Amino acid sequence: MAEIKKLETAKLMKKVMADHFYEIDAAAKSGSPKVAWCTSVGPAELLRAMGFVVYFPENHAAILGASRAANDCIPAANAIGYSPEICSYLTSDIGAYLKGFTPLAKIYDGIEAIPKPDVLVYNTNQCRDVKDWFEWYAREWKVPCLGIESFVNVGEVTKYHVDSIAGQMKKLAADITAATGGSRLDEDLLKETLRLSRRCSDLWKEVLEMAAHKPSPLTFFDGTIHMGPAVVMRGTQIAVDYYETLLKELRGWVGEGVAAVAGERHRLYWEGMPIWGKLRENAKLFLDLKTCVVASTYCNSWIFTALDPDDPWNSMARAYTELFIVRDDDYKEDYYRRMLEIFGFDGVIFHDAKTCPNNSNCRYGLPQRFAKATGIPFITIDGDLNDLRCYSEEQAITKIEAFVEQLDG
Amino acid sequence: MTVMTPSLYLGIDIGSTTAKAVLVDREGEVRARVVQRSGYDFAAAATAVRGAALSAAGVGPESVAMVVSTGYGRRNVAFAEQQRTEILCHARGVHHFYPEALTVVDIGGQDNKVIHLGACGERLGFTMNRKCAAGTGAFIEEIAYRLDLPLAELNRLAESAEGEVTIGSFCTVFSCTEILGMARRGVPIADIIKGVFRSVVKRVAEMDALDGKVVMTGGVVDHNPIVAVMLGEALGRPVVIAPHPQAVGALGAALIARDLMLN
Repeated sequence: MAEIKKLETAKLMKKVMADHFYEIDAAAKSGSPKVAWCTSVGPAELLRAMGFVVYFPENHAAILGASRAANDCIPAANAIGYSPEICSYLTSDIGAYLKGFTPLAKIYDGIEAIPKPDVLVYNTNQCRDVKDWFEWYAREWKVPCLGIESFVNVGEVTKYHVDSIAGQMKKLAADITAATGGSRLDEDLLKETLRLSRRCSDLWKEVLEMAAHKPSPLTFFDGTIHMGPAVVMRGTQIAVDYYETLLKELRGWVGEGVAAVAGERHRLYWEGMPIWGKLRENAKLFLDLKTCVVASTYCNSWIFTALDPDDPWNSMARAYTELFIVRDDDYKEDYYRRMLEIFGFDGVIFHDAKTCPNNSNCRYGLPQRFAKATGIPFITIDGDLNDLRCYSEEQAITKIEAFVEQLDG
Repeated sequence: MTVMTPSLYLGIDIGSTTAKAVLVDREGEVRARVVQRSGYDFAAAATAVRGAALSAAGVGPESVAMVVSTGYGRRNVAFAEQQRTEILCHARGVHHFYPEALTVVDIGGQDNKVIHLGACGERLGFTMNRKCAAGTGAFIEEIAYRLDLPLAELNRLAESAEGEVTIGSFCTVFSCTEILGMARRGVPIADIIKGVFRSVVKRVAEMDALDGKVVMTGGVVDHNPIVAVMLGEALGRPVVIAPHPQAVGALGAALIARDLMLN
């Protein structure tokens, strides 16, 4: 049986992530610098430019999912009124807190708990659940919770949208200063952070587009691991250095014709969240089927091409509104076409994540419209990002195998 | 001494409820067809249906050139040379009988499938039920169990119904509660069973667009052909039941084994 090929850069990833968590842990324990919690596609650059170290609870929730601890934690949040039907990142994370558990303590010696924040900062561009999630911790710890109320179902991103979000961001900066007793925005640091964030974004985009090569040196499953620094360290030199190293290794693989999936027969696109608790199993399933999942909307979500250090506020507003998840179905269908042109895939897997409607784009006929327009077939997998009670593995395997049989003709 | 060349092809379909074996010859003619309960030991079920099929055909295992397994327990068939999904096998089995563009509707023990086939039997797309057994054989079995009715009686009861109830719930467990309430109120059992079958038809019809000719397979229509009649009523055109519908997946597996060896 084929084995999953590992990039050497993965070793560097372990160090980079460890440094990240130890830095935040030290800050939380010493009280300096201050700790801000931020949603994964929230205004991290702004927070860094105000001197905070930034912690991303979604990353923590994904670790809960990937380590299969989520299902031990979710019921605790359900029991205090957070429904099994809502975001299982939220229920995993709050449930873990209620149980006094964090996988960080298992992974990193000396870390006992998640870092208590000085401020919680959200952006509802993904969903309302992130705000509810942060507000729970705000009540629990009596710390300020501030944020940006974003748009939904956006077609063209207009000046109206940008002005609104940029205005909210400026007010947010002032509100954070007031709420935290003096953390002030450093305009020069904001520009530098944006420069680094944009560079990180550009490199991450280049990394993902290496999968356009045939055979692809990268799978979606690799992407979900290597996106870590783009999520939690964008705006730092560390993230830039990481992706330069990764890109160099991938270019080497392409030059040598190394395939992530040996004997690549089919190329697929993954639409929706990963099933974190089954990442390895799914990677192996596709490997054995000699089918490479070459690209995904999910990994692309940390590409912020609009960021511009010379126009910080408007470019941040645009970057965080241009995201796929914020957009309407016409935009999304057109986006898939662009991905098809870049990656040349044979089919699409739509993951219908039970607790994440905003990342489940198969509920309003979009797969059928895209298939009709392009002739690209699709299947839908019922599952979830973290709650494995919503996932029927045998049924999913049968669907995927049958889909590959269909592509075989 | 004459050495016999293996010339039979065996398909084994280990479903969640029943295990099926079909033995075909080089011409694709069925030499044996067996259906038994799967039980909890799928490997034993596979061995049992293989043995029964070989006995029925009056041949030994040396006569079998190739075995293809399918179904929920396809990985438990240690003696199968190849495995294929039930989607592919049902498609192949139906195409054997109806070599034309059509839609297959399979109602199995725990899975429902809608498979769209092109004129050459190529799969154009498929849909399976979501992670829920409503509308599957398991749903019907549960209702029969709760009403203490033999499964073999259900079709006759539904055909004798003078009325029909509406089952409101998606969920098998809540449907049972709803049905027991009706029974307590004195609603005729026949009307309840017809309502149960209508519920199955609704679950199937909402899975996907059922275009063109519709051919049904699976154990549910094998034992309850009224379901095909009712689906036809819902679609406004007759629906066909494939011959020996419960064993179509195993037949497809056998034909795939034959295709692999002869082509």
